[in-house]
Amino acid sequence: MLHQYQLNGYNIILDVNSGAVHVVDELAYRLAQMLEPPLSDSCPDQITEQLMPDFDKASIQETYQELFALYQQGQLFSVDDYEKFSNILSESPVKAMCLHIAHDCNLRCKYCFADTGEYMGHRELMSFETGRAAIDYLLHYSKGRRNLEVDFFGGEPLMNFEVVKQIVAYARSKEKEYGKVFRFTITTNGLLLDDNKIDFINQEMSNVVLSLDGRKEINDRVRVRVDGKGSYDSIVPKYKRLVEKRTGPYDQYYVRGTFTKYNLDFAEDVLHLNDLGFDQISVEPVVADPKESYALTEQDLPQIFAEYERLAKILIERQGTPKDFNFFHFMIDLEQGPCAIKRLRGCGCGNEYVAITPSGDIYPCHQFVGHENWKMGNVYDLSLNSEMKQQFASATVYGKEDCKNCWAKFYCSGGCNANSMLYAGDIRKSHHLSCELEKKRVECAIMIKAAQF
Amino acid sequence: MTHVKTINQANLKESAVKGGCGECQASCQSACKTSCTVANQKCERKAK
Repeated sequence: MLHQYQLNGYNIILDVNSGAVHVVDELAYRLAQMLEPPLSDSCPDQITEQLMPDFDKASIQETYQELFALYQQGQLFSVDDYEKFSNILSESPVKAMCLHIAHDCNLRCKYCFADTGEYMGHRELMSFETGRAAIDYLLHYSKGRRNLEVDFFGGEPLMNFEVVKQIVAYARSKEKEYGKVFRFTITTNGLLLDDNKIDFINQEMSNVVLSLDGRKEINDRVRVRVDGKGSYDSIVPKYKRLVEKRTGPYDQYYVRGTFTKYNLDFAEDVLHLNDLGFDQISVEPVVADPKESYALTEQDLPQIFAEYERLAKILIERQGTPKDFNFFHFMIDLEQGPCAIKRLRGCGCGNEYVAITPSGDIYPCHQFVGHENWKMGNVYDLSLNSEMKQQFASATVYGKEDCKNCWAKFYCSGGCNANSMLYAGDIRKSHHLSCELEKKRVECAIMIKAAQF
Repeated sequence: MTHVKTINQANLKESAVKGGCGECQASCQSACKTSCTVANQKCERKAK
């Protein structure tokens, strides 16, 4: 399968099954569009004639031979033979956890998928006992996996920071005994950050996600405090301080925003964050009920596509300058990225990744929390619904009807199961809007690589 | 080649045979939490 597209002056041919990316001239681009495998060793006369008005015969034949050489090397029209791997994939050990350290929040963001922190339940903080039981659960179910991940999430995890510190200390105390390495991450809205918390986060958290939507008026329209006031002025200096002090042992962070129908010109927000001095930026589409006024809809797609393209071009322009920045959704590793096995089933939710509520209940991921029928077990009794786990383990790109023949399947790996459940009604179906956005982002990411080559 | 530049090594098939150790980061733990991109994750083996 090939995926061909033209963007920012580049003619790009992606050979989906080998992962090869070819940047070609116009003749090769048009010729590839006319070819159907299996290829013979000379260009079919009919195709040559069709191209003759625009190109000379020698060039057509020369180009054909270049494409034919790639075909013989398995880098063009390569065969899809991954399904056999998909069929033998079994359940994985549980190695990653999203700990809902606080089902409470000090912001009232209007688009919050977590029901402003309550997750359709009630406001509740996780106790250390539950956190400890969660770590024990992870140690038990991670089996032979060495690298374990724990994300402190909410609500707002800084509202229960003493318990965060206790859990980190407890997990660290078990690393040597169990032969594990814990990698902690935290996602915060920043309001409660102070120097002590910043120092602890920078010392212990391998990644920190700092929520901020961009321009002050954009952020403060939706990310409001309990009293209705905006949050921008309070958090920006704190984020700057955290990043300034993040000199080791970890350097990874993201300033992460959400864009909605209110700011379809979201590239301006990315650039604003960059202009504030941040260079690791993620601004992502809102996940929302289509009935909400801020929800993105299919009608918004042309504008969003144009905005992603504009952002990609600006990112290229800023490379190598003091305003060089990294945009999370344009990151792609064409050489050293994840193996094909990893790409078959993506995020791993419900299989190798689970979310834990303050009371110790287990859900496939943070976005499933509150949907009672997706509860998988509890950390206190070490229960885990193996039937449900198997359902997620088998949700590969070959088990999803829309993914199997999609060119982007090895980049998104089947997309977000929670989005599929919430908006398509089934984890094996796809959420069309999310797919369209993802495909555009992948196209932009590959184009950026072409520009760098 | 004069008409085609291949910008990567296209090793996806090879990685299928050698891959699957499961030690790499769960993609949702990185930054997104609401949308899935896997191709930007790092291979734990190659990172060593």
